[in-house]
Amino acid sequence: MSKDIWTFARVINGRLTETSFELLTWGRSLADSLGSSLCSVFISSKIQNDEVDKLFLYGADKVYTVQDKRLENFIPDIYMKISCHMIKKYSPHVVIAPADTFGKTLMPMIASKLRTGLTADCTELSIEDETGLLMQTRPAIGGNVMATIKTPYTLPQMATVRPMAKKPLKHKGSAREIVEEIVGEEFFASCYEYVGFRQDESSEIALNQAEVIVGGGRGMKDEKKFSRLYELAALLGGGVGASRAAVDMGWVTYPHQIGLSGKTVSPKVYFAFGISGAVQHIAGISGAEYVISVNKDPDSNIFNISDLSIIGDCNEVLEKLVKKLQETGAMIKNERIQ
Amino acid sequence: MKMAVLVKQVPATDNIKIDPVTGVMQRDNLQSELNPLDTYAVEQAVRIKKIFPQSTVTAVSMGIPAAQAIVRQAVAMGCDEGVLFSDRAFAGSDTWATAHVLAKGLQKLGGFDIIFAGERATDGETGQVGPCVAVQLDIPVLTFVSEVKIEEDGKILATRSVEGGYELLRVSAPVLISVVKEINEPWIPDYYGMMKAKSLSIKIMTAQDIGVDKTDCGLEGSPTRVSKVFYPKLTRNGEVFSDINPEKSAQKILDFLKVKNIL
Repeated sequence: MSKDIWTFARVINGRLTETSFELLTWGRSLADSLGSSLCSVFISSKIQNDEVDKLFLYGADKVYTVQDKRLENFIPDIYMKISCHMIKKYSPHVVIAPADTFGKTLMPMIASKLRTGLTADCTELSIEDETGLLMQTRPAIGGNVMATIKTPYTLPQMATVRPMAKKPLKHKGSAREIVEEIVGEEFFASCYEYVGFRQDESSEIALNQAEVIVGGGRGMKDEKKFSRLYELAALLGGGVGASRAAVDMGWVTYPHQIGLSGKTVSPKVYFAFGISGAVQHIAGISGAEYVISVNKDPDSNIFNISDLSIIGDCNEVLEKLVKKLQETGAMIKNERIQ
Repeated sequence: MKMAVLVKQVPATDNIKIDPVTGVMQRDNLQSELNPLDTYAVEQAVRIKKIFPQSTVTAVSMGIPAAQAIVRQAVAMGCDEGVLFSDRAFAGSDTWATAHVLAKGLQKLGGFDIIFAGERATDGETGQVGPCVAVQLDIPVLTFVSEVKIEEDGKILATRSVEGGYELLRVSAPVLISVVKEINEPWIPDYYGMMKAKSLSIKIMTAQDIGVDKTDCGLEGSPTRVSKVFYPKLTRNGEVFSDINPEKSAQKILDFLKVKNIL
């Protein structure tokens, strides 16, 4: 039984995703604790050497490649069959994937097929000293409670982790081993017909991958004022988020909603303009590194979880902030790989 | 078309208690509601039934006997009938075991063309049960679905709301579809629906009824174990500024971003 740690590498629009590297940061510390290999499973229609090199650079000891033109898109049953086949063949100790629409579809399918445990949306992973088991910590019930979960009797131990929660880190001393996995025709029989992809017209970055999120709530007063948040977001290279109240008012669409019945985000900076901070909303932003809030009401709950609290009119402060940024031309320092 | 909708009872309050020994949520003394994200799944099935009137929609849940109330709520929204899988042996089930019970129960009820589910429940927040049920039933799954079309030949064209856009996939029934909130705007139950829900009896099925082995459900059948539960400190104790004008406020924000090396 190997003690190897597996992560997934994924290509979208011809490039490896940022999460492919983030997962290696998650996995590196686990592999180091166990003295085992960190492996990246790279399933794609086209695999280039420089991409594999990048995975080594960011911590992978070994890269399993599966290449076929039919693997361009994520077809759930094909990916499941290939993953299960490889897991059975190589017996990894741990498998980690991102908690995005890919990981949250594929991982439960694999776990169900292999009858093993899977923990969603982990914010912390570590190895238990005595047992070598994966300790999977995740927020539950809107972040009010943290639970540490183990999969004590079955392998592999599986977890999805929140995108953006860790930064990709360069790593020296990779063993740089490539294992080319050839899979047979039978793996490509599928129940799915891939019809196409339509880019989101708003061409905005996905909120769960944004470094900066500018959130607005009821305090923004109306749709027109709310829309000014996009100016700040554009200046900071971020996305716009919203409280449920703002979505319910129709100022912004549901994909922007953050919180218990919306998205969970982990940006570097979260701005809360005119957001009171209902428990449900706070549940969605607990992973933010810094929270900056502006609200008229000094008793707003949002101030309890803010690093910088401004008691004042959110629209006026927003206007001044946008103006100052335009004047100074200050830019966010970007630490992303690509 | 024969449809099922998976629904779950979730706590309606934020004041949730966890058993410190087993780490299992205590559901007994709480106000409960139908998982808000499941209402979109119910609505979608009901809308398809409106287009294909010969269809049936069955609301299906696993839970304590009191969870009949939320199954009834789904009926009030337009489902034809409701079934609750309920047995002491199910207590403490994780996502694998829950999916196993649901899959066994659905198999027993038999013959569903489409099984709808919400994206996730607002209490557990895993979103894993839908895909797990599909795999155990050996049918395809479509997750994060924001639009469903039944085509003339009966095939199902689904739009998945994924990072950066929308992905279109076509499958044949049977299929499990988990939907996102974007898909529709659920109607509030009307008088007729509420009256129907009130008088309808919810079918309760036990582990024995659906043929679930007790070692495959509950805590015993669950691959995962909660090993520790703790309450995180949410407070951040940041700097607070009041009585400063918008200009100065904006400057404070810029200063903060610079100090933290973000700008």
